[in-house]
Amino acid sequence: MSTMTFGRAINAGLRRAMDEDPRVVLMGEDIGKLGGVFRITDGLQKDFGAHRVLDTPLAEAAIMGTAVGIAYRGYRPVVEIQFDGFIYPAFDQIVCQVAKLHYRTQGAVRMPLTIRVPFGGGIGSPEHHSESPEAYFTHTSGLRVISVSNPQDAYTMIQQAIRCDDPVLYFEPKRRYHVKGEVDEASDPASSDMGAARVVTEGTDVTLVTYGPLVPTARDAAIAASDDGISIEVIDLRSLAPIDFATVEASVRKTGRLVVTHEAAQSGGLGAEIAASITERCFDHLEHAPVRVTGFDIPYPYSKLEFHHLPDLDRILDGVDRVMRRPNSLSGLDAPSTTEGAAQ
Amino acid sequence: MTQDGSSPDQASGTVHPGPSRPGADELVQLVDPHGVRHPHGHYDDLVADVDGPALRKLYEDMVVVRRIDAEATALQRQGELALWPPLLGQEAAQIGSGRALRADDFVFSSYRENAVAYCRGVDLADLLRVWRGNASSGWDPYTVNMATPQVIIGAQTLHATGYAMGILNDGADAVAVTYFGDGATSQGDVNEAMVFAASYQAPVVFFCQNNHWAISEPVGLQAHVPIARRAPGFGIPSVRVDGNDVLACLAVTREALARARSGGGPTFIEAVTYRMGPHTTADDPTRYRDANELEDWAARDPLARLATLLDSLGLLDADYTDSVKAKADAVAAELREGCLSMPEPAPSDVFRHVYSEPNSWLDRQQDHYERYLTSFAQAPQEGSR
Ligand SMILES: Cc1ncc(C[n+]2csc(CCOP(=O)(O)OP(=O)(O)O)c2C)c(N)n1
Repeated sequence: MSTMTFGRAINAGLRRAMDEDPRVVLMGEDIGKLGGVFRITDGLQKDFGAHRVLDTPLAEAAIMGTAVGIAYRGYRPVVEIQFDGFIYPAFDQIVCQVAKLHYRTQGAVRMPLTIRVPFGGGIGSPEHHSESPEAYFTHTSGLRVISVSNPQDAYTMIQQAIRCDDPVLYFEPKRRYHVKGEVDEASDPASSDMGAARVVTEGTDVTLVTYGPLVPTARDAAIAASDDGISIEVIDLRSLAPIDFATVEASVRKTGRLVVTHEAAQSGGLGAEIAASITERCFDHLEHAPVRVTGFDIPYPYSKLEFHHLPDLDRILDGVDRVMRRPNSLSGLDAPSTTEGAAQ
Repeated sequence: MTQDGSSPDQASGTVHPGPSRPGADELVQLVDPHGVRHPHGHYDDLVADVDGPALRKLYEDMVVVRRIDAEATALQRQGELALWPPLLGQEAAQIGSGRALRADDFVFSSYRENAVAYCRGVDLADLLRVWRGNASSGWDPYTVNMATPQVIIGAQTLHATGYAMGILNDGADAVAVTYFGDGATSQGDVNEAMVFAASYQAPVVFFCQNNHWAISEPVGLQAHVPIARRAPGFGIPSVRVDGNDVLACLAVTREALARARSGGGPTFIEAVTYRMGPHTTADDPTRYRDANELEDWAARDPLARLATLLDSLGLLDADYTDSVKAKADAVAAELREGCLSMPEPAPSDVFRHVYSEPNSWLDRQQDHYERYLTSFAQAPQEGSR
């Protein structure tokens, strides 16, 4: 066991994957000498050479498209997207090519591509640097989407992603890069499953589902709620596509209440998918309609106001109060507002 | 693949043999790094009107924008700005081109063109709003005919081309000018913009500031031949100019603008310059850049060379330098004051301007959030919970 930051854990995981498999190559902007703008690939070009850690020209579509070609050739490319908002120029290659090649070729072509995306807000950056684009990709069949929330998972799951024969989007919560944790570097990545959700804290009253950057916030909310006598079970999804609904379902059957929280905007987001799926699966066990605590349906706001947009402890607890039918910010609010009624 | 991206051609800006348009590799220079004015058979005519006072004005502009840059960098270091992208070293490229423009021309830039914004008359505090984290953009593009800075690398070149297509449709003689870096030339958008510009013979000027670095990546990684050679392949004439020579930048931009106004279509300008500071205040260039390289370029400083020229012309007396300094001080003070007195945004501002018409989903979220905030105001004693 050693203590390391989240960012360092990803670096260690990459290093081990590269050591073990010479077909693993890294590609991205500034990932060589600079070690990436977040220094996640620090030292890897020096140790593995410029043929395995490629500083690429500044063109995301080209990075993704050439990674497809490299994978065709039998390599296992790991692409770094510098910031979440810069994945969109590569969107076409990801959703039309990366996601579909296995299907299109009746399984003949494998796309063992890992796409690392530092995502989410809370670091005071300008626009395009704090986005949560995961739902665009969970909506695309053929992709696996995961998000890590702690150094140990970061270390293990990057290796699992690289070993996976399907394309994996690996979302890294950039505001947690400097958080430290214990990492067992001897652990066998094959011994756990990146597709499985993790119960972070056990509880009996409310199931609180989240992933990535909000996992620590959700855990803090569970601690705060326990002061009020509310027992929260926090679930870190880890895999966003496919979602481990069995774990969520088992929890909701126990608690009867579901709150989902994520930074991404609400409409069409993962919270909606989880609420709908869980309602279908365990309607009879629910004491209250599932509640979403999410970012607003707005472009990510400028940094002075980003903390309004990002769900925090209090907003999560307000959501918990709603499913517990305790006094909350919506107390006394009648059914849908007239404007909304008119629009529907 | 040359991973270190080193390409002597790129670094020195010397002339290359190659199958390009004749002249595309020549580095247009009117004032050399020692401040000596050299005659030029073609470009002298284009700056024939630039007399002593006009040269002094260009110098003043460069001193002022360098000061704006230093003041903003200081404000960032003092925690007043979240981030700042310095233009140190690129003053001549930006002032030379910026001062060539007409008021009805329209600029689409990236985030580093603060000197161009200064030329367009952008309010000083408006330059800082985004970097202070107080707004998504600093100014109304239509008041200064300059779009707000673009962060997505290269996207603005398409906007400029489209704007120029609009100018064509209108039968006007304005020009769209787009600024971007050497790194940006790798993006599909920039290449697609050139295709459209050539196809429609759109009145657009592509102004590439080759400052030799895209964060940590040297220009040789983006292009193995001078960037100016790329445009002729799209059917766009190009020119390579000493980007640290303000007079030469003015001359080539004037020529490109004149071509566009008279129906001659797009031009690509590669201004060979150097980013003397970090990429942004969050960057650490010592990790990837050789100190000697910086020294070499410091010797080609755009301000120093114009100062030497002015001096040799007897135009750099104490009265003048004092007045330039006073102007720079005043602008810096105004910038600082504008920064510090900027009003804080209100929470509900996050919901403004998402749509131009009401949206029921968002209204509901805003309503809920306001109730939520009010619930705190009503129970201040209970703290956060
Ligand atoms: C599509 C996209 N990818 C990546 C980035 C991150 N990024 C910001 S600036 C930059 C380097 C740009 O270099 P260049 O085009 O040469 O312009 P310079 O900053 O040197 O003026 C990068 C990679 C971005 N803003 N947009």
